[in-house]
Amino acid sequence: MKVIDKPEFEALIDEKISSDRRDVVGVRDDGEKYVFDDLESAGDLALDYDVTMLSPKKYLMPQRETILEYRDANGEFEWRAKAEPDGKVIVGIHPYDLVAIEQLDKIFIDTLRDEPYRRKRENSLLIGVNMQDASETAFAASMGTATTDSGYDLMLTDLGETYAVNIGTLEGKEFLNSADVRKATAGEVQEVERIEQEVVPDLFERELEFSPALLPTILEENYDNMAFWEDYSEKCLSCGTCNMVCPTCYCFSVDMIRDLGTNSGRESRRWDGCLLEDFASVAGDENFREEVAERHRHRFMRKGWYIYERYGDIACIGCGRCTSECVADVADPCDVYNKLYQEVQAHAQ
Amino acid sequence: MRSSTTAKFDIGENEYQPVNGLITRTRSFTGADKLFEIQLPDGEELGHQPGQFVQLLVPGVGEAPFSVTSSPTKPGPFELTIRAVGNVTRALHNMEPGDTVGIRGPYGSGFDPDVFEGEDILFIAGGIGLAPLRSMINYTLDERERFGELTTVYGCKEPAEQLYPDELEEWAEGDEMTYLETVDQCPQDQEWDGPTGVITSVIPEVDIDVETSNVLVCGPPVMYTFVLQELDEMGVPDENIYLSLERNMHCGRGLCGHCQINELYVCTDGPVFHYPVVRDKQEAEV
Repeated sequence: MKVIDKPEFEALIDEKISSDRRDVVGVRDDGEKYVFDDLESAGDLALDYDVTMLSPKKYLMPQRETILEYRDANGEFEWRAKAEPDGKVIVGIHPYDLVAIEQLDKIFIDTLRDEPYRRKRENSLLIGVNMQDASETAFAASMGTATTDSGYDLMLTDLGETYAVNIGTLEGKEFLNSADVRKATAGEVQEVERIEQEVVPDLFERELEFSPALLPTILEENYDNMAFWEDYSEKCLSCGTCNMVCPTCYCFSVDMIRDLGTNSGRESRRWDGCLLEDFASVAGDENFREEVAERHRHRFMRKGWYIYERYGDIACIGCGRCTSECVADVADPCDVYNKLYQEVQAHAQ
Repeated sequence: MRSSTTAKFDIGENEYQPVNGLITRTRSFTGADKLFEIQLPDGEELGHQPGQFVQLLVPGVGEAPFSVTSSPTKPGPFELTIRAVGNVTRALHNMEPGDTVGIRGPYGSGFDPDVFEGEDILFIAGGIGLAPLRSMINYTLDERERFGELTTVYGCKEPAEQLYPDELEEWAEGDEMTYLETVDQCPQDQEWDGPTGVITSVIPEVDIDVETSNVLVCGPPVMYTFVLQELDEMGVPDENIYLSLERNMHCGRGLCGHCQINELYVCTDGPVFHYPVVRDKQEAEV
C-alpha cells in the first residue's frame, strides 16, 4: 500500500488530463446529483459522494453505440464491424460498481468475447475509492460489495490529508510512476482496514435480513408466488428506469439506421430492458411476457437467480439506484428480497 | 474500406461482422411465404446443423433471425423461408435475385443428426414451423439409410398456406417416409381433398412405436401445449421429444436478453431444446 498527499494526487490527475491519450472522467457534483462526467481538472472531483445516477458502465457499454457500418459499393454491400478502442481513465468508482464491472467482464470478455465492450474495457484504467457516504437506498454491505480487493487498477482510501492507495495492476502502478508516493506505515494500513471493516458497513441504513447466498433459492421458491408479484408490481409503470440505471443490466436492442439520401448507414445497439412492454414480443402479436407482473418477476429472477445459474454471480450489487430512480416506488430490491424471505419463512412454519 | 466479402471478421474476431449473402433465387408460395436461396461469398458453405438459424441484415432496414430451411446435405447456397410480417421481412419480400443481404451465423443449437442415428423419427410441423424442420427432414431423406422409420405430420390453417408443395407431393408419394397432412379449414375458393381439423386430430393416426420414436416438433406457440398433451396420451416419453422454439433475438449470442426463457437463452441454448430441459420452464409455454 502506498500513500499520496491529496495535492499530489490532484496534480497527478491534472497531469493525466493534459497528457493521457484517453479522456479522464470522474465523479462530479452537478448541483442536483453526482455523476460520472469528463474532468476539466482534478478540482472537479467529488470523491466523498454517496452514489452516482448512472454507473461507469456507461463508458464500457454506452447507452447507444455503433457496432456496424455499411455502404453500397456498386450494388454490393460493404460491412464493417465497429469496436472503438476508446477506453477512459475513470476516477472514483465505488467498490460495488467495480464488482458490477467484474461481472460484466466475465460475461462480455471471458465468456462471449464482445468486441465493442472488450476493446473499451481493456483500454480503460479504473481508479476506485472506498466509500465515505452511502445513499439512503443502498444496501451494498449486505450484498458483500461495499468493499472489494479486486477489479481496480488503483483503490483510494481517504485518510484526511492523504489517500492510501492499493495497487491492483501493473498499469495502476505505472500510473503512479510520475507521482511522489511513499510506502504506507503499519498504522495507515491498519486505518484502511478499520475503515473497510467498521466505518464503511456503518454507512448503510438498509440491510438484507439473510445471507445473499440464499437469494437464488428464495427466488426460486417464490417463482410461482404470483399473488406476490402481482401485488408488488401493481403500481409499476413498466418504464424500464430500473433496468437503465442498473450497473449489472446489459440487455440491448440493435437498430439499423440509414443515412438519409445515401446508400450507407450503420447498426447501433442501445440499452433495452426487460421491464419494457415489448421486450419479449415477437412478430405476429405474440408477447412472451405480456403481464407487468411477469416482467417485474423476470427482473428479480434474473438478478438473483438466472445470472447466478449461468455465471455464479448475484447480479445485484446493492447500490440502490433502481430504488431511488423508480418513478412508482416499486423497484426496491432490498424490500423485495426481504419480503420474499419472509414469505418463505411464513411458508415453512 | 476493405471489402467484408473477402474477410469474415474485420477487426480481430468481431461477431457482429456479417458477410454478403447474394440472393440467387426466390420462390413464392401461394400464402405470404417466400423462399430465398442465398449464396455466400466464394460459394462458401454455411456449415449449419439442421435447426440452426442465421441473423439476416437488410441494409437500411434492420436485422432479424431466420431458421435455415435447407439441409446441410444440399451443397451450395442455403435457403430461408420467410413470412412477411414485419419491417425486415416485408423489405425482404421486395428484394429479388441479384440483391444482397448481410448474414451472420449460423447460430444456436440445432438437431444433431447423430443423436437420431438408426432410430425412428416423427416430425410434427405446424404452419411455418415446417421451415426449420424441413432442414432435418431433408437431411434424413438424403441420408436415408442412417435412420429408421420416418413420419411427418404437417398441419396449417388452409391449403394456400402449404409450403413446398412439390416436396410435399414427393413425400406423400414416395416410400421413404410416411406423410400425413391436414388443414384447419378449407375456404370455398380453395381446393383440398385431404382431411380438415387441427394438427392434434391427425397425430393419433400415426403408426409409430411410441416407446422408441423420437418426436421433433416445431410450430406456432399455441400449438405446443396441445401437441405435447397428445403425445403424452399416446405414451411418448418426454425424453424422446425435441422442440424448436421461437423467440426474438437481436444478437444471436446469448447477450441481448430478448430471447430468454427463464435462465435459458433460445439463441444459444436453443432454438432446439430437448423437451425435459424446457418442460418445467414456465416461460417456455410448453
